[in-house]
Amino acid sequence: MGIEGIGARVTRKEDRRFVTGLGRYVDDMVLPGMKHAVFVRSPHAHAKIAGIRTDQARAMPGIIAVLTGPELKADGIGNLICGWMIHSKDGTPMRMGAWSPLAVDRVRYVGEAVAVVVAETRGQARDAAEKVEVDYEELPAVTDAVEALKPGAPQLHPEAEGNLIFDWELGDAKAVDEALASAAHVTRMRIVNNRLIPNAMEPRAALGHYDRAEDHFTLWTTSQNPHVARLVMSAFYNVAPENKLRVIAPDVGGGFGSKIYIYPEEIVCLWASKRTGVPVKWTADRTESFMCDAHGRDHVSEVALGFDADHRMVALKVDTIANLGAYMSLFSSCVPTYLYATLLSGQYVIPAIHCNVRTVYTNTAPVDAYRGAGRPEATYLIERTVETAARELGISPAKLRRRNFIREFPYQTPVILNYDTGDYEASLEAALKAADYAGFPARREEAKRRGKLRGIGMSCYIEACGLAPSQAVGSLGAGVGLWESAEVRVNMAGTIEVLTGSHSHGQGHETTFAQVVADRLGVPIEQVSIIHGDTDKVQMGMGTYGSRSGAVGLSAVVKALDKVEAKAKRIAAHLLEADESDITIENGEVKVAGTDRSLPWAQVALAAYTAHNLPTGMEPGLKESAFYDPANFTFPAGCHIAEVEVDPETGHTTVVQFVAADDFGNIINPMIVEGQVHGGVAQGIGQALLEGCRYDPASGQLITASYMDYTMPRAADLPSFAVATTNTPCPNNPLGIKGCGEAGAIGSPPAIINAITDAIGTNDLSMPATPQAVWEAIRRQGH
Amino acid sequence: MYQTTYHRASSVAEAVKLLADSGDGKFVAGGQTLIPTMKQRLAAPTDLIDLRHISELKGISFSGNEVRIGAGTTHAEVASNAALAGICPAICHLAGHIGDPHVRHMGTIGGSLANNDPAADYPAAVLALGATVHTSKRSIAADDFFAGLFTTALEEDEIITAVSFTAPEKAGYAKFPNPASRYALTGVFVAKRPDGVRVAVTGAGEDGVFRAEALEQALSTSFDPSALNGISLPYDGLLSDIHASAEYRAHLIVVMAKRAVEAANA
Ligand SMILES: Cc1cc2nc3c(=O)[nH]c(=O)nc-3n(C[C@H](O)[C@H](O)[C@H](O)COP(=O)(O)OP(=O)(O)OC[C@H]3O[C@@H](n4cnc5c(N)ncnc54)[C@H](O)[C@@H]3O)c2cc1C
Repeated sequence: MGIEGIGARVTRKEDRRFVTGLGRYVDDMVLPGMKHAVFVRSPHAHAKIAGIRTDQARAMPGIIAVLTGPELKADGIGNLICGWMIHSKDGTPMRMGAWSPLAVDRVRYVGEAVAVVVAETRGQARDAAEKVEVDYEELPAVTDAVEALKPGAPQLHPEAEGNLIFDWELGDAKAVDEALASAAHVTRMRIVNNRLIPNAMEPRAALGHYDRAEDHFTLWTTSQNPHVARLVMSAFYNVAPENKLRVIAPDVGGGFGSKIYIYPEEIVCLWASKRTGVPVKWTADRTESFMCDAHGRDHVSEVALGFDADHRMVALKVDTIANLGAYMSLFSSCVPTYLYATLLSGQYVIPAIHCNVRTVYTNTAPVDAYRGAGRPEATYLIERTVETAARELGISPAKLRRRNFIREFPYQTPVILNYDTGDYEASLEAALKAADYAGFPARREEAKRRGKLRGIGMSCYIEACGLAPSQAVGSLGAGVGLWESAEVRVNMAGTIEVLTGSHSHGQGHETTFAQVVADRLGVPIEQVSIIHGDTDKVQMGMGTYGSRSGAVGLSAVVKALDKVEAKAKRIAAHLLEADESDITIENGEVKVAGTDRSLPWAQVALAAYTAHNLPTGMEPGLKESAFYDPANFTFPAGCHIAEVEVDPETGHTTVVQFVAADDFGNIINPMIVEGQVHGGVAQGIGQALLEGCRYDPASGQLITASYMDYTMPRAADLPSFAVATTNTPCPNNPLGIKGCGEAGAIGSPPAIINAITDAIGTNDLSMPATPQAVWEAIRRQGH
Repeated sequence: MYQTTYHRASSVAEAVKLLADSGDGKFVAGGQTLIPTMKQRLAAPTDLIDLRHISELKGISFSGNEVRIGAGTTHAEVASNAALAGICPAICHLAGHIGDPHVRHMGTIGGSLANNDPAADYPAAVLALGATVHTSKRSIAADDFFAGLFTTALEEDEIITAVSFTAPEKAGYAKFPNPASRYALTGVFVAKRPDGVRVAVTGAGEDGVFRAEALEQALSTSFDPSALNGISLPYDGLLSDIHASAEYRAHLIVVMAKRAVEAANA
């Protein structure tokens, strides 16, 4: 490793612009003649639209246009879609209700867009939006997925009788039932995974520009995957064909999944720009973010985990109801199915697993992938159940896990996935040691003397990321392939541009990707620029989510680098009159190994472009591209240990220690990886202790629609984290990396809840474990 | 925010006149409550009369054990006033735990009292200390000032000019913050005075801040946390929301009262 190469703690190149306020976000973009859009949104959770009157609004000062759903439909703009087909166990396809970017005759959640006002200023647009008169005929609403399945519940979509989207299963039900019937012990739990609101620091925004001269659209948008946005907009929404639509996602301030999807607002901004002839910009305010960004999680599950007399797991049965909200968002169907049930084997040998999932429409915001996406739900379920089982069986939680760990690889689980490699014992050991697990009883005693209940809990998680082999996901219903593309462009004087289809919205690609190039070609990272987020610049891409940028995006870069390196060596061999196999590249020099003959890197680059003296038949230039399609998922895994103190008088929990021992395979920049773990754990602790999206069950109003009521984790809620890594390189990609973006959010929630339940002596506790919830759990035991 | 017209007053009298001359005007002090409300379009004053540049509303003064805090004094100024900390540290502690540093450097005691948010901290102190609220028209005893959620004895055109109180023998404030907003989910201020103990509770009451007589009686007998052992308060009249049920709040009042007494005795 060089000082800037793979493995180095290089300071992030992009941070100078971020911390000095020089980042360029969508809302910073200003085009000549640009106007401002404000959406009229439904105040009701469920209502018929009897009519919309816009004349008063149109008469307000500064108004360019007031547009509604029927006009959008008349112009042929299509409905929003979910791009992953899931079939119910009876073979019928999922039942997708129509979702128009602007509601036409019915609204199904509070905040649904009904009309758009375009005005000279945002203030004028807001004033006029208040004057748009919508005649709503209110309908009864249902926000809870379990309630929505009951007979007599309000019905959302004619396409989905009983609000059921699909009733899907994975695994062998019969084998599971038989194994449970003869099991020596069965642990049963009802597990609720609380609904979350993503809260990226930068709210969503869109700027649409229609160029009449070229009949061409440009969209600046807060997207994690601009090429996918372009594909979906042209293929399904009839905005424009791909060659007439440029999508740019500039600096994006966090996504966590919520910026993967296509939302109504960006489609409407493009369409409105063509309608009005001016560029149209919309930026969400925080209330709109709460109401309209895709939410995460929201599962209710019944679990049964059976053991034989030796405490070995024999079968796992899971029955889950997943709330998908009022409409099916872009990837909503795969989250509670293939990103969830396939992970239910955890780190354990479980011979038989069966999972049934019913997805349900409710009068709430759409639900889709949120950091971890399905894998936190699986991990929380299995790790709480295992911990509970250890308590019921009277053996230590570490021992029960050890007894059941998978130890031989590759390992074929009963739920599709084939784990390539791992060492679960190693991360458990590392975490136990870092947490001084053995010293816990003394710490508990000491806390008791201070009147505090101290508890310790662990979670051994696994995730599948690096999404994903295209053929595999295609066979499971995905509408797209999940490769990545890269181009490495060596400029004439030797500086390098890497064009990647991955998108950085906080992850630090401008640094880590440059480190890989620096490592390979021996140039300083300052001479390497990473270009992403623009469909006119970058050849193709599938974007960033599912911890895929390292494992998939960088693998494509490596493939392109292979080609660049090979060509550079051929040129150098020709110029130095040496054998190609003797050429090495080091510290900016292209050398003949074992001699003092060398050429500076820049001179080789220049030779490629002057083309005065190239090997016979070689094309000029030094620029190569590659597509990479992974052979398998990658399987990061690890062990998280949390230690908490509960104030029994108030129920308040303090996290006093948090250890994360993660196996991410090879690591490019440990500082950035630690940052990802810190952020992920903060979000996981947020889910476990603080965050919970709440709708009023009667009215369907979003109660947690601001930071006054939705509790985000603050620095003071978190301890200093102890982060350790173990390393079993991934055998399936050239750099041996596994992905680290989601692990923190996946592994931490069960560790926290297991610690609290250990402290208070009951397994009867749900997330978020707010002071009131913990106080009530203590009281239920009659303490 | 709707359009509004800004005025800067340089005296209380001028502020009163500017309000009288306006359509539907409002005073603004730190703006930490009013401006966010306007941004959300929940308030739409035609005119804003800024009180921040009126020198007679500023500063903390002492006369023996008598304390007078100008209405325009910020939370940060109260929190960091050494002389005040010398005779009534509890109020400094309270002010130092309102919101965040930005809020504390802008928000004022007058604004907080005029607003009378049921979860605000200052009302508990003012009520427990038996303070007097001085206005452009009169002086109002704390017991008569708070009149329910976001409601006070103030008239539309009445300006709070100062708050005064006699430093107590001992006082303490314990706040259990709302996990999301960090306002008081339940906050209890106890003050031991020659004429007895006063206990005021914020964050918990359906009608805003109130005195907890049962706790006052117990503490008048013995000003010690143990005096509150075994007391459980009725839930009726207490707030219930997604963060805390009335039952939980009733419990927290006693716990926070004990901690406030502990702080007072420390
Ligand atoms: C993020 C945040 C967190 C907060 N956390 C807390 C907290 O933990 N605890 C807490 O108690 N408060 C909290 N607050 C509120 C804060 O303390 C406010 O500063 C205070 O409630 C209002 O004071 P102000 O000077 O800002 O008043 P303004 O917002 O300017 O005015 C509020 C109201 O009072 C009126 N008014 C102002 N001054 C006078 C006067 N002298 N005479 C008559 N009427 C007047 C105004 O007309 C208006 O109606 C928080 C606020 C924010 C933004």
